[in-house]
Amino acid sequence: MVVNSIHWFRKGLRLHDNPALLAALNGADTVRCVYILDPWFAGSTNVGVNRWRFLLESLEDLDTSLRKLGSRLFVIRGQPADVFPRLFKEWNTTRLTFEYDSEPFGKERDAAIIKFAEELGVETVVKNSHTLYNLDRIIELNNNSPPLTYKRFQGIISRLEPPKKPVASLTKEQMQKCPTDIPETPYECFRVPSLDELGFKTATLSPSIWKGGETEALLRLEKHLERKAWVASFERPRINVNSLIASPTGLSPYLRFGCLSCRTFYYTLLELYKKVKGNRSPPLSLFGQLLWREFFYTAATNNPKFDRMEGNPICVQIPWDKNPKALAKWAEGQTGYPWIDAIMIQLKQEGWIHHLARHAVACFLTRGDLWISWECGMKIFDELLLDADFSVNAGSWMWLSCSAFFQQFFHCYCPVGFGRRTDPTGNFIRHYIPKLKDFPNRYIYEPWNAPDTVQKAAHCIIGIDYPKPMISHAEASRLNIERMKQIYQHLSHYKGLSLLASVPTVSEEIDLEYCNKHSSMPGKVSPLGKRDRPPDLEIDEKCTDPKVSCSHLMEGNFEQ
Amino acid sequence: MKRGRKSLEDECRSPFKEFKKGCKKVKTTDATSFDTFVDWSTLPQDVVLEIFKCLPLLDRAHASQVCRSWNQAFHMPELWRCFEFELSQPATSYLKATHPDLIKQIIKKHSNHLQYVSFKVDSSKESAEAACDILSQLVNCSLKTLGLISTARPSFMELPKSYFISALTVVFVNSKSLSSLKIDDTPVDDPSLKVLVANNSDTLKLLKMSSCPHVSPAGILCVADQCHGLRELALNYYLLSDELLLALSSEKHANLEHLRIDVMSDNPGQTQFHTIQKSSWDALMRHSPKFNLVMYFFLYEEEFDPFFRYEIPVTHLYFGRSVSKDVLGRVGMTCPRLVELVVCANGLRPLDEELIRIAERCKQLSAVGLGECKVSCSAFVEFVKMCGGRLSQLSIMEEVLIPDHRYNLEQIHWEVSKHLGRVWFPDMMPTW
Repeated sequence: MVVNSIHWFRKGLRLHDNPALLAALNGADTVRCVYILDPWFAGSTNVGVNRWRFLLESLEDLDTSLRKLGSRLFVIRGQPADVFPRLFKEWNTTRLTFEYDSEPFGKERDAAIIKFAEELGVETVVKNSHTLYNLDRIIELNNNSPPLTYKRFQGIISRLEPPKKPVASLTKEQMQKCPTDIPETPYECFRVPSLDELGFKTATLSPSIWKGGETEALLRLEKHLERKAWVASFERPRINVNSLIASPTGLSPYLRFGCLSCRTFYYTLLELYKKVKGNRSPPLSLFGQLLWREFFYTAATNNPKFDRMEGNPICVQIPWDKNPKALAKWAEGQTGYPWIDAIMIQLKQEGWIHHLARHAVACFLTRGDLWISWECGMKIFDELLLDADFSVNAGSWMWLSCSAFFQQFFHCYCPVGFGRRTDPTGNFIRHYIPKLKDFPNRYIYEPWNAPDTVQKAAHCIIGIDYPKPMISHAEASRLNIERMKQIYQHLSHYKGLSLLASVPTVSEEIDLEYCNKHSSMPGKVSPLGKRDRPPDLEIDEKCTDPKVSCSHLMEGNFEQ
Repeated sequence: MKRGRKSLEDECRSPFKEFKKGCKKVKTTDATSFDTFVDWSTLPQDVVLEIFKCLPLLDRAHASQVCRSWNQAFHMPELWRCFEFELSQPATSYLKATHPDLIKQIIKKHSNHLQYVSFKVDSSKESAEAACDILSQLVNCSLKTLGLISTARPSFMELPKSYFISALTVVFVNSKSLSSLKIDDTPVDDPSLKVLVANNSDTLKLLKMSSCPHVSPAGILCVADQCHGLRELALNYYLLSDELLLALSSEKHANLEHLRIDVMSDNPGQTQFHTIQKSSWDALMRHSPKFNLVMYFFLYEEEFDPFFRYEIPVTHLYFGRSVSKDVLGRVGMTCPRLVELVVCANGLRPLDEELIRIAERCKQLSAVGLGECKVSCSAFVEFVKMCGGRLSQLSIMEEVLIPDHRYNLEQIHWEVSKHLGRVWFPDMMPTW
């Protein structure tokens, strides 16, 4: 029987550690690799030019790599539901392979395609390689619901077997057994389009700081590990001004698009750690970046409403303000707070900002200052941020706005102070807001406080050359902390004066061994009775789970 | 409830009519069914009332459409003691607004039943206006509780002051029994406070008025002087005076339970903070030894000079901006009654000494929150050891803890958990 395979690239834009691709080749007579490009995204304001450029560069890279092995990439315009019927017929497809997509809409789209394929007698093979673990297994181990605190998540992970090892990369020999070319088909038909063809104006585009593609990803991985080994310390690095600038070893966009396999990253990092530190078991924090990503994927996979507040069972219903003008100022970097503006400008120009910079601007938009919904911020990030996807972007925004995951909300990032402590030199601001470059360090984070003489000397009058601050941080934070407190106290039924006790606590998963080991530890807990629950594995998150997020906030409750 | 163009009644009618029809069909001949025919419309009113008390408003409204007696029950005064008016515009808020027909009905039929009322408004001026509109119509009300709550930008502040004041004073004058009043972020002023006092001085127990810029220290002093039952007060620091504290400590005055003070400044060096005499605080302490003093600071680091220079009975402290090591050191020395300490940010130098001192001297401390600060792991363990199990709230951002020769980040949570008597982890932030 003839086996004609199609491997469908969506994320997973790589040839290394790609089990679904290997499955396509397995005993096949022909294999064709396709990428389906939905034309409606092109030029639309939802996805910015940097994201498109990264994607196209990744596709080019994939095509080049496939060509080296005697194959090629077929880029097909359209929607999968329309494209596949055509393809299956024209190419006599008998097998379809792709990497598992855990996101709710991905699952829905894929279910439809699988059903359709089965009806036509096309075998489908789906392999999991975008996440370290099988997410359903994590959920299963947590009483069939996704862990809602990171610590609990880590607890579950530590009980799982290690992630599957990456599979071998595709070789020329394997490829040669399964020719690809379609005779008499001009190359032009299926090649990777250019940005211009997709409707972007590229004349004024600055060169990309983050070059897309697997080749670049693997190069960066090497450099990333080199640096870690050189530092010989795997501690969380202190942030300084250099961290704010796009790092040549940064990997997040490559993980998001799948140009780099997370399992490859995991195992190469582990190997290096063992080499440097001996055979000790590494702490979970070594894989922090990967595990956070995993956490959000797990939280989102069964929740199609994960990216919105209304109807989302894990999201606290907060009466955010709707204020398009204020939102625009934030998105454009016109808030009048240089620290915030510089970050947003970097984001727009380059497509990446450091995670602490993300905390700063997210806090400013939502619970810190502007009191605008995190959904608005999430949509802007979706457009501009290279490593944003449904799960991680929405999850991070909910976390940073204290809308989910039981966060304490007291720590507010000051748009002046936090910036100054992170980069006392002010050079980050000077780089992205050249207008402010002549302000002395003392005033660069709060130029409106500079005396007129200083402003004149800097050739930048606040209010004319650079906006005045759009909001009073002191007033706003006072108001907002009060509101957050009221909302949380309403949810936790707490009526006292403590700020910290307003947030419902979630008893963490206890390591049973710990319990037995330290049995000298008094079983009772501290006196603040009502708010404190004894560590009880049964209670876990069920008691605080959907009820806490509750929609009864919206049901017109009144104070009795 | 936010409803479409259909009226409330239309919406509710159909499902319950079916239910009623269904009820009438119950056969009495079946031995396993009820002994007597059940006509729900004859259920005693007080029973219906108790049931309705358990239902949210929307369900109650639906039920009221079923039959006349249930409709009567729906309108019984006991069900209209409390109401929260939610006033918002879809363009400015995610809040679902209370239906205008319902508002009309309440004012028409129930304004004299209302006792505990609050208004939730969004950031649009229209919503604040609508709230004032309703307030002006509450002429027959004897309100015990009134709350004006801004859920976003304070829209009450955008109204012409006189418009707001005249609406508010309708309630002050007519209620004469106001016990709890929350008017933070509103343009209330001294004369209107005088009106409040003139009519409600016997009953006023709680007054929250943070960020009311038109009120002066004299205005609030008038309230303290006349309202001897005042137990809870929330205001901004600039309104605080020695005279106020002494008025609250006078013999005629009830014991103060809770005083909340917001200390605010926007621009360094532009606000001069006056000092309060230690003797005023002492007088208040003698008068109300169990009172809670809650202070929220939103100041620049260099503006803390007048504060924490002598012993002060503060119980809950929140530093919403960065606060210096020096000030935290002074806190340890001057706040023996401290129950909760929350610090948003400090800086890069470790707060080891300061924390230890606080553990030593603040024996009531049971809640600590540290944001952007630094503490060495050893000092932190020492701190927790000294406080022990009384720390029921310990919220420390992971980045705060600096690993040292004795403990690294992995070990610290075991140590701390051991001394706390429960499992503890620092707070985390996504590093993606």
